[in-house]
Amino acid sequence: MVVELVAQTVVNGINVGALYGLTAVGLSLTFGVMKILNVGHGEFLMLGGFIAFWLLRLWGVDPFLSLPLVAAALFLIGAFAYRLLFATLSGYDEHVKVKNSLLVGFGLFLVIPHIARILWTGDERAITPFYSGESFPIFSVRVGYVPLAGLVVAIVVILLLHLFLTRTYLGKAVRGTSENWKAAKLMGINVNKTYMITFAIGTATAGIGGILVGLTQVISPDVGMGWTLKALIVVVLAGIGSVGGAFFAGLILGVIEAVGAIFMGPYAVALGLLIFLLILMFRPQGLFGKA
Amino acid sequence: MSHAKRFSISGIVVLFLILIPLITQRTDLITWFTYTLLYITLSQSWNLIWGVPLPLALLAGALGAVIFALIIGFPAFRLKGVYFIISTLVLAEILQILFYTVLPRANVLPSKLLNAYSLTPRYYLSLVIAVLAVVVVDWIRRSRLGLGLMSIREDEDAAEASGVNTLKYKLTAFLISTSLAGLGGGVYAYYAAAVRPGYLFSALWTFDAVIIVFVGGVGTITGPIIGAIFFVLLKQLLSLYLPGGSHVMVFGILFIIVVLYLPGGLIGLISKFRKA
Repeated sequence: MVVELVAQTVVNGINVGALYGLTAVGLSLTFGVMKILNVGHGEFLMLGGFIAFWLLRLWGVDPFLSLPLVAAALFLIGAFAYRLLFATLSGYDEHVKVKNSLLVGFGLFLVIPHIARILWTGDERAITPFYSGESFPIFSVRVGYVPLAGLVVAIVVILLLHLFLTRTYLGKAVRGTSENWKAAKLMGINVNKTYMITFAIGTATAGIGGILVGLTQVISPDVGMGWTLKALIVVVLAGIGSVGGAFFAGLILGVIEAVGAIFMGPYAVALGLLIFLLILMFRPQGLFGKA
Repeated sequence: MSHAKRFSISGIVVLFLILIPLITQRTDLITWFTYTLLYITLSQSWNLIWGVPLPLALLAGALGAVIFALIIGFPAFRLKGVYFIISTLVLAEILQILFYTVLPRANVLPSKLLNAYSLTPRYYLSLVIAVLAVVVVDWIRRSRLGLGLMSIREDEDAAEASGVNTLKYKLTAFLISTSLAGLGGGVYAYYAAAVRPGYLFSALWTFDAVIIVFVGGVGTITGPIIGAIFFVLLKQLLSLYLPGGSHVMVFGILFIIVVLYLPGGLIGLISKFRKA
């Protein structure tokens, strides 16, 4: 009985953790490559969730079919936001860039939820296709179809991102720019374009994360900041700039929170945060980062 | 501005503020002024620690703000830059979660107190606290502590190398800042005649303070004052025409513009026009 409970909890934790990981990957990418700390990251997630929600509600588009649509939409929105807001920061020193991008992202956090509230009211929405809530048993553990599909989507997105970064010319440009943007520029890489694409990829992954959040939890204009904070925790846990590590750190945090909830109830969330602080103090380079 | 001139202008402003409840009986006006003064306290205290690169660090807790600051400050201040920013954000989250869970219904609305409610003493208290905040921050700016903080803001490593005890200075600034914020929270509880920890802990108070400081002019004394007046005025005006909370959106846009194009805030804009 106890074994079943723990197994079920771990499965649930992995499902939530995959979401944490996916959200954190985008943030880690933008931060690692261009030192832009976008605390408005969660707002893009929220937008993605709402787009998928309305596609389903108004035209009956299946949320998994709307994945590429939402990703494309959020890619464009992200590129636009970068051009409009973050591009002016690209020439600054690293610490000025971090600070100012944090403030701009904070401004986004003030603006976007309010626009969302005016457009769609403050109601909590869930994306519920006809098959949501269905599940199948593995031994005595129940696995939901939707969370499982979400996990698969998250893994596929991470793999695609990994392939993009390691196997394509553009991905090489992104990595080169993150190592040393001045040298990259001298090598003929269009740094501004690379930055824009990196940022847009980050918001696109956030949008996909938003669909999964809408499918397994709820979306409302106010969920953004919570997800940003979760993503920040995961990014630090993994080590800043470690894109692949961010996904695993997300899984770890999800499982810790879920298992902790058995013993500690509502305090489990604080448990995750506490572990985060300990990591920060004793291993600031993160679990997967280099010293 | 000369010292005497400065002193007399602030004296006149304070005197005017003292006289307000005697001049008018309009409670809405006095409420606005009370809010403005509270915001001045809060943003002054926040402005102090922005000097050291510590955004969003302010935890507006009414009770035990200083104790919390000590507990938080010691481990967190050994971290630098981004790590510090993230850790204070996360700590605020932890505190909020703990308070919600430990005291889910700690919302007190004492009826006896409400019967005897009067706005005037509350207004005066917030005035005293606001003046105190301005005076303390102004004094710090002129003191050795202020110089140390400024050097840390410019270049922490260089400051450390030239013998500034950066940890001590940052911690002192953080303590003063949080205790002022705590005082502000206390006055707010007295003003609202009810304690709602969930509401006070909501990040909105931090955010309001951040917006006010930046729109007014970061790193100045008059900036937060002007910012607070502007904030409350615009909030009242906008709430007449737009759905509730829209002032936050307008301020968000204003805030982004200030961060990107007007690093001096309103104060910087004024002095630019003066020079031109």
